[in-house]
Amino acid sequence: MAKRQYSFYPGCSSQKGASSSNYLISAQTMCEELDIQLNEIPDWNCCGASIGYAGGGELPRLTLSARNIALSEQHNPGQSIVATCAACWLSTREAAERLQHNPALAKDANTALAEAGLTLKNQTPIKHMVEVLIQDIGYDTIKTKVKRPLAGLKIAGYVGCQTNRPFGIAGESFENPQYLDRLIETLGADSIPQFEKKVQCCGGALAFSEPAKSQEMIKGILESAHDNGADLIVTPCPVCQMNAEVYQEQINATYGTNFKMPVVYYSTLMAIAFGRSAQDAALTGQVIPAEKLAAIAGK
Amino acid sequence: MAAEKKFAGYICTGCGISERLNVNQLQTVATREGKIAEVKQHARLCAPDGVQLIRDDIAAGATHLMIAGCSRRSKMEVFNFPQVAMSRANLREGVIWARPNAPEHQETTQEMAADYIRMACAELKYLNIASPSAEQKLNKNILVVGGGVTGMTAALEVAAAGYPAHLVCDEGELGGAWKDLYKRVPFRAAASEVPNGRDVDLPLPEEPGIAEMIAQVQANQRITVHLNAHLAKTSGAPGRFAADICNTAGATVTENFGAIIQASDFKPYDAQQLPEFAYGKTPDVVTNFELERLAKAANGAPLKRPSDGKVVESVTFIQCAGQRSEQDGHLPYCSGFCCTESIKQALYFKTQNPDCDTTILFDDLRTPGAAGEDFYRCGQQEMVTFSKGKASAVVKNGAGLTVKFKDLILNEDTELNCDLVVLATGQVPNNGPDPYAQLAVDEAETEEEKEAARRKLEVAPPSILNLDYRQGTDLPQLKHGFVDSHFICFPYETRRTGIYAAGPVRRPMDMKQAMDDAAGAAMKAIQAAESAANSAAVHPRVGDLSYPKFRKEGCTQCKRCTVECPFGAINEDEQKYPVFNESRCRRCGTCMGACPVRVISFENYSIDSVNQQIKAVDIPDEFSEKPRILVLACENDAYPALDMAAQAGIETTPFVRVVPVRCLGSVSLSWITDSLSSGFDGIVLMGCRRDEDYQCHFVRGSAIAAERLSKVGDTLTQLNLEPERIVVHEVAITDLARAPRLLNDMAATIEKIGMSSFKF
Amino acid sequence: MGDISKNYRLNFLKEVEANVEEGEWVKMCMQCGVCSGSCPLGKFWDHPPQEIFMMIRAGKRDAVLTSNAMWMCTSCYNCIVRCPRELPITHIMHGLAHYAQRLGLAPAHQPTAKFAQLFWNNLMKKGRVNELKLGVKLYFMNGIGEGFKTSLKMKDIGLGMMKTKRMNPMEAIGGHALEDVKGFHAVMQKAQELEDQRLANQRP
Repeated sequence: MAKRQYSFYPGCSSQKGASSSNYLISAQTMCEELDIQLNEIPDWNCCGASIGYAGGGELPRLTLSARNIALSEQHNPGQSIVATCAACWLSTREAAERLQHNPALAKDANTALAEAGLTLKNQTPIKHMVEVLIQDIGYDTIKTKVKRPLAGLKIAGYVGCQTNRPFGIAGESFENPQYLDRLIETLGADSIPQFEKKVQCCGGALAFSEPAKSQEMIKGILESAHDNGADLIVTPCPVCQMNAEVYQEQINATYGTNFKMPVVYYSTLMAIAFGRSAQDAALTGQVIPAEKLAAIAGK
Repeated sequence: MAAEKKFAGYICTGCGISERLNVNQLQTVATREGKIAEVKQHARLCAPDGVQLIRDDIAAGATHLMIAGCSRRSKMEVFNFPQVAMSRANLREGVIWARPNAPEHQETTQEMAADYIRMACAELKYLNIASPSAEQKLNKNILVVGGGVTGMTAALEVAAAGYPAHLVCDEGELGGAWKDLYKRVPFRAAASEVPNGRDVDLPLPEEPGIAEMIAQVQANQRITVHLNAHLAKTSGAPGRFAADICNTAGATVTENFGAIIQASDFKPYDAQQLPEFAYGKTPDVVTNFELERLAKAANGAPLKRPSDGKVVESVTFIQCAGQRSEQDGHLPYCSGFCCTESIKQALYFKTQNPDCDTTILFDDLRTPGAAGEDFYRCGQQEMVTFSKGKASAVVKNGAGLTVKFKDLILNEDTELNCDLVVLATGQVPNNGPDPYAQLAVDEAETEEEKEAARRKLEVAPPSILNLDYRQGTDLPQLKHGFVDSHFICFPYETRRTGIYAAGPVRRPMDMKQAMDDAAGAAMKAIQAAESAANSAAVHPRVGDLSYPKFRKEGCTQCKRCTVECPFGAINEDEQKYPVFNESRCRRCGTCMGACPVRVISFENYSIDSVNQQIKAVDIPDEFSEKPRILVLACENDAYPALDMAAQAGIETTPFVRVVPVRCLGSVSLSWITDSLSSGFDGIVLMGCRRDEDYQCHFVRGSAIAAERLSKVGDTLTQLNLEPERIVVHEVAITDLARAPRLLNDMAATIEKIGMSSFKF
Repeated sequence: MGDISKNYRLNFLKEVEANVEEGEWVKMCMQCGVCSGSCPLGKFWDHPPQEIFMMIRAGKRDAVLTSNAMWMCTSCYNCIVRCPRELPITHIMHGLAHYAQRLGLAPAHQPTAKFAQLFWNNLMKKGRVNELKLGVKLYFMNGIGEGFKTSLKMKDIGLGMMKTKRMNPMEAIGGHALEDVKGFHAVMQKAQELEDQRLANQRP
């Protein structure tokens, strides 16, 4: 079967040696198993993320994404852009829509792009990897690829903010999206549909600037997962993954808790369920080791 | 009235009845005890062949049918035989669905079913076939009182339906309270496909359309307009109302009508009661009604400050001025039209000058109607500033004004300066005097109450209808002077049958709602005229041909029936005997329940028809551990609630025997005393909610019953019985879980206090 | 209360409309307060979004632009999806923060304001974010002393990230960059010029 082709926007944090480089590795493994070919947008730039607003005004921020879309349209024509990072997806899609609805801004963006010989047609669909999985591949196909069901694992599906709002995944509610739970079940693990903090904010970029306030929220997320009997947390967002994982020791120190909750990407889960090695699934990238998952990978 | 009664009985064995009950035993009960010679069983009586079976018997001369099967509330359209009398034994909802299907319950379940058969047979013996009185004929004329938008719309709707209308207007021209409108609040909503946030195609103020409406009324051949006119006297009943229409020149014409619509609209609130807002102290504080006139006079030119003619550059609207406040002289209610009215008026200023600072100080912004929310957004788009704030004072500040208020979002006391202040004042219903005001004076128990009632009577407005009724000249009121009607269930019905209320006289509302209201009331008026011609009841017993019969020789002229009838249906003759106006009657039976000497009855509902059911119940002896509880349940709410509870599988004690009543108001105290003396252990009365927010279909029936029953404790004490044996409950049709529980509670009470000793 | 004659005048609202991203929606707020109740850091806002909207309409320019409030936004978009009026509240808060920053009115030592500016400067340099440099700058943004303290506190996290190859000390020298940095800079410079022009034309 011919592979599905996508124009891939990996984003800064998945670069080699960056905070979600493990996401990229596991996503690539997952895509291999699902016959998805990711064609990286050549020379893509940062999307500006949501925190870029202080320095970046409206047009400069939109132009960042416009450049990426223009490059994609030039080099990967006809292919949907797919992003693995929630912020990358959100910024790019938001920019595309804003520029579609505002011809004056679109004209200015194109004037700026012309400085580098680029043109924005802005006709490219922009998807999150989760949309590719659910809408283009489907749960049924995913299920056929499962070689090592994740039986016995209880997993809290932490959707977070930016893959859920403001766009979200079509057909899902903002308050209680179900897709991650379905994915968990499809891979043979047990989901926790009643996980209260499923769409709770982790603090996002404010984990850096307002650590105490953010860690209070992260604590709530970990606590809920723990109280619901989760063995680990799964998430589709690099910021969620990092925030929920790496501050656990500090949180334990502040609140006298004893969290040691592994937080993994859906792509890690899938790579292991599809029979790939811990290395390919980037389990080695866990600051808090996902031992139960590693045990399944070792079988 | 049929001279000879020929009885026929049917037991449906479908819906599980034959699996749960010994139907042959029931048939024996019906024939031996119920004395119905021929009782047939049918596997599915509501099927075409079952119905045909009944039809054939009717054709062969059957006049009285006992149908045992589902509840009388089920299959009404199938078992619809208006030419015969009928009783129905509720074996399905009343017995098998209300009881668990287990061998240990079999005996009590069968006893229940047998009793319902006995009761239905006994009731049937005392039913007569209701027949029209034949004294009526169709009068298609509809009288509309009020020449405003509501009245004109009602007249146009009546005429459009092919009925002649007379429109009585107390002014020299049509138009009424809304005739000074410069523009109206839009009737049109934004297109439905427009997403909320996009805010395109929002509705703007519209041309008022009142001149066009006046022209339509004047040109309509079916509408007769009486200007400068009022009603000097209105007498009669639906189908035969006679109204003396009198004009200011002194000429009187008398016209006959089938029904009446009162559409007398509202009067603007008197802003003189608002000195804190400087009303009357400076011409630059105006009411919303006054601003409308200024706008109409300016006709699109810039609006100017009344004091010095300066073009208004800043304006503040104070919402709820003298409204939604318990303060003396204020209106306690929301007038429902002022928020959209203020948005519209704010747009007058914005249209003139987009930079005009236009602030609306609101408490809760309420924008009823399909266009309301869109219109609010329109005001916001035009940069009207909406501030949730409570104004405390308006003071002069040089040539301008300062409004002091509390910003309720920012939680601070603040103020703003402006050229003009508009007070969003409310609607006062333009109604006649409370017909029960005199009664309140007469019946006041303390001197203080009497004085208060007298004061109310003194300031009462002049009559609008001048009804020649024993119960007063105008429509009864619920509160704040608005006509009494149930705002959800029967909005246009009033407590004077055949007279319908439309528009702000029944509750505050805007022009669009008043027009919708007028159309509704017009349809009801036409229905009333047509029903009267057939001697048939209107809401809620639509089509009922029975009416109160009265045995004059037993009457003691006590007047209870005339006083208690919620609908003013009963007049008195010179000797103070009641005179029933059958087409004013709603057939609730409150008069029957009121009558201490039991001389009032209906063909199909009487003291006897219920009493015989009570007496037909088999009462086991004191030591049987099988108490009997009589339930008198309102047929509109409590009875269907019990049926639905059974449908939902909610269990009810097997010791109850439920008798549906038309209204708790129809309950005769004799039923209570007779059931106690025949050995019932408890009595549960289930009526509707009876306070200000009543649910009673007959408005006052439930309340009157509660009052009568408040003294029933004495009866019990006299009989040496515990007062807990009788309870009165308010039950709503939605009380599925609660209604059976109340009955089970009574069973538990009896278990505690023991059986009645009156078992013979 | 300040100058009462300016209370509830439209001046500031118009300024916001002209200068703040998505500012034209401020007037459409219907003051229900769902945004305030939905904000995950709501308790830390000195003025929740609902109040900010009202303050703009009441003409409280200084209080709004010097407020700490907008900088509490975590960009979770909860307010946006719950707003019955579908207002882009998150963007408006970002827009107000940006405008305050541009005018130099943002509160001094506002950590998110500083971090957000650092982030932008970082990405503008080579077209991609250098996480290591961003982190170090963040820790030292309030001076050397505090910087070392924060670094010490964050040491374990850094070590964990390095061990799992999710942080690369080599980023400190060079690091990821675009091939066409020059073209990128030309594009962004032009965009900034056009932005400045647009705002200059709109200023009331």
